[in-house]
Amino acid sequence: MKRRSFLKTAAGAAALATPSVRRAEAQGAPTRNETLLLVQEYGPNSLDMQGIGSAQPVNGVSLNCYDTLIRFKRKEFAEGITVFDRDNYEPGLAESWQVASDGMSATFKLREAKFHSGRPVRAADVKWSMDRAVTIGGFATTQMAAGSLEKPEQFVALDDRTFRIDYLRRDKLTIPNLCVTIPFVIDSETAKANAGGDPLAKDYLKNNVAGSGAFKVESWKPGTETIYIRNEEWASGERPKLRRIIARDIPSPSTRRALIERGDADISYGLPPKDFKDLADGGKVRVAAVPVPNAIWYVALNSALAPFKDVRLRQAVAWAIPYEKIMQAALFGRGTPMWGGPQKIDTVGWPVPSHYSYNLEKAKALVAAATGGAGFSTSLVFDAGSATIAEPMAVLVQEALGAIGIKVELNKVPGANFRGELNKKTAPMVINRFGGWLDYADYFFFWNYHGNNSIFNVASYQDKELDVLIDGARFTQDPAEYATKVKAMLERGMDQIPMVPICQPYHDVAMQKYIGGYHYAPPREPDFRYLTKGA
Amino acid sequence: MRQVLLRLAAALPTLCGVVVVTFLLTRVLPGDTATYFAGPTASAEAIEQIRRELGLDLPLPEQFWRYVVALTKGDLGMSLTTGQPVRAEIATRLPASAELTLCALVLAIAIAMPLGVLAAVRQGSLIDHACRVLTTAGVSLPVFFTGLLLVYVFYFVLGWMPAPLGRLDAFATAPPQVSGFYLIDTLLAGDTGTFRAAAAQIVLPATTLALFALAPIARITRASMLAVLGSEFIRTARASGLSGPTVVITYALRNALLPVVTVLGMVFSFLLGANVLVEKVFAWPGIGSYAVEALIASDFAPVQGFVLTMAVLYVLLNLGIDLLNRAIDPRARHGA
Repeated sequence: MKRRSFLKTAAGAAALATPSVRRAEAQGAPTRNETLLLVQEYGPNSLDMQGIGSAQPVNGVSLNCYDTLIRFKRKEFAEGITVFDRDNYEPGLAESWQVASDGMSATFKLREAKFHSGRPVRAADVKWSMDRAVTIGGFATTQMAAGSLEKPEQFVALDDRTFRIDYLRRDKLTIPNLCVTIPFVIDSETAKANAGGDPLAKDYLKNNVAGSGAFKVESWKPGTETIYIRNEEWASGERPKLRRIIARDIPSPSTRRALIERGDADISYGLPPKDFKDLADGGKVRVAAVPVPNAIWYVALNSALAPFKDVRLRQAVAWAIPYEKIMQAALFGRGTPMWGGPQKIDTVGWPVPSHYSYNLEKAKALVAAATGGAGFSTSLVFDAGSATIAEPMAVLVQEALGAIGIKVELNKVPGANFRGELNKKTAPMVINRFGGWLDYADYFFFWNYHGNNSIFNVASYQDKELDVLIDGARFTQDPAEYATKVKAMLERGMDQIPMVPICQPYHDVAMQKYIGGYHYAPPREPDFRYLTKGA
Repeated sequence: MRQVLLRLAAALPTLCGVVVVTFLLTRVLPGDTATYFAGPTASAEAIEQIRRELGLDLPLPEQFWRYVVALTKGDLGMSLTTGQPVRAEIATRLPASAELTLCALVLAIAIAMPLGVLAAVRQGSLIDHACRVLTTAGVSLPVFFTGLLLVYVFYFVLGWMPAPLGRLDAFATAPPQVSGFYLIDTLLAGDTGTFRAAAAQIVLPATTLALFALAPIARITRASMLAVLGSEFIRTARASGLSGPTVVITYALRNALLPVVTVLGMVFSFLLGANVLVEKVFAWPGIGSYAVEALIASDFAPVQGFVLTMAVLYVLLNLGIDLLNRAIDPRARHGA
């Protein structure tokens, strides 16, 4: 590609001019104290989070290299750790904003800011970026739609620095959905100029950052490392303390653990729960354990097909799962239990503990009532990609259900086939994990329990009564009505139990004790803007 | 020269076969590329759209035709998992694997050949038993285990070795690419500091691989030496009063080298593609882990590119070995 051949020529030129180049670099180069070394399993496969096929780490590029109009405020979670505040927002590229009195539009005033290219940020850029997000297809378009942002006509550039979003409907998720890693603002002129005719500049943006964010990508070697360098001209927030971030891809978790324990890496992402437990117990490094908002590990029971079409059998499974054992043997305690709660739910948050717990007598009685005590065989699917946790979980479920006469065959499916398996909607039992970026109970239920039967409704659960509650909760403007509907929705979900909650997992990150300013944002990727590195 | 060209021409049908078979094999693999690539929230229409964009909805013969046409232009396709052209990625990853494998092979030869020769000369002695123990241990210990053990002892506990961060320390800069071998490129650039850093990084993974490669080389050297040492021309040489070393090195070893060189070629090509686990443990950006990652994600292009590259490499390697054999043994020149 062009970029590559450019790099090659640049490298060749550097070879010829080595001495002078090296001296130039030495002037004011970031010191080790201003440089962060992060190790992770795998890095970004693209630099464009709106693009189709972008993997999880691409969120990190969006977070650090691009700006959004507004951001979630941060709130203290524990010492040196902040998390996002779902209900409060702070200026990003927009220095102020106003929701119209009829609640059907929002107007944003842009600040004086420059893209990495030096171009000033204009409302036309914002419009181009939003239009792109709702038309590009794939995940970006789905995520935009989650906040009722669906058509380019909704986005209006009023003048250079004023931008308006017209609502399709009053949706409480519209504003929070502007703070996630999809509606980021792209330098549209630069993108179009380099796009080679593609109106969405997909290829160019996949390989190049054209943003205004706090960091620029200095070099990107997919599968090896990504290096970020601070954008000295960043206008949308306080200047980051770190000047350079080296993110290395280290596939082996044992090696990642050794690196953080020896003190060679500053931050280590994505270790198995056992390693995080050992590190947290060892006390040499700090483990930021933030329960992933809105997320649970669960066992889904296919409610559209026999045998789990029968609610009694679903309840039987919920009473037979050895929760405590799973928590210890599969998760090593790295999560919040989601069982043994009260039957009457008095919260609008999610996740909430179910009222089930390990009770073989109740489970046996329900199986006897449903099958006349004959028992039956079924199978359980889980993703080989998350086997570290899902496999011991599956084995424990298999063993426990054997005790109530349900013979379970385990089916470990490789990552590429797992989604296909979910799409088929025929698996009787599935172990999986889900969490919504937007932390609302009705949002979780919309994806996982609603009759529209999205891929995440793994149980294929269909329930008109519940759909009415979910839709009511999503679009009501009255807080009291919202609370009543959500509570009723949660109680019905727990009673009908198409998915059995097990626990809310922690998002664990191991870091040296001198690292401060750790911030947890919805896409779970590291936010370099607030991190500090003490001596 | 004519011989070489003939040999290369003879390899063409093999390569064509490889192209057809890998294409078909990747198509019958379970797993749906479009679904995987579309991401978790994709609707059925989005998946169909991607299937069309990737050309996966076309009939197989047409897909194959497109693949072959691209191939003649040197285009191996795009990797979906890393989002980069396969050719560029193989071009950066193959040297990484080759450098590691060559270092390991040199190390293994340096230890295994003298060991095998000594074991054959002093059959049944202490050194023969030591050779047996070492080779058995070498093959029976899985490479990821030896790798992790070496990391634990020499990096984690003793701290003698640098962090297993891949080909270079995080704070060093890669040398300008000439050969793709860091050990050579750093010297070409006159950068001894980076050379030392790169050399330090390669010690542990190369040792791990070398331990594994020791066994076949030492065993075959020993066996082949034993056969030669028992033959009549050696008896004649000894009877003529030639000194021990002359008999062993000049007469016996040279004749024993043929099978050893053949095995070396096998070991090299095997190590090149099969050291995935070592690459994972040491975060080595090599070609083996690239292919495996792609396979798990049902990402066709890199898998096809990998198999094809390896096939070409095999053909060239076999040719090289045959030429080497001819240089070593005049009889091989007439045999063909």
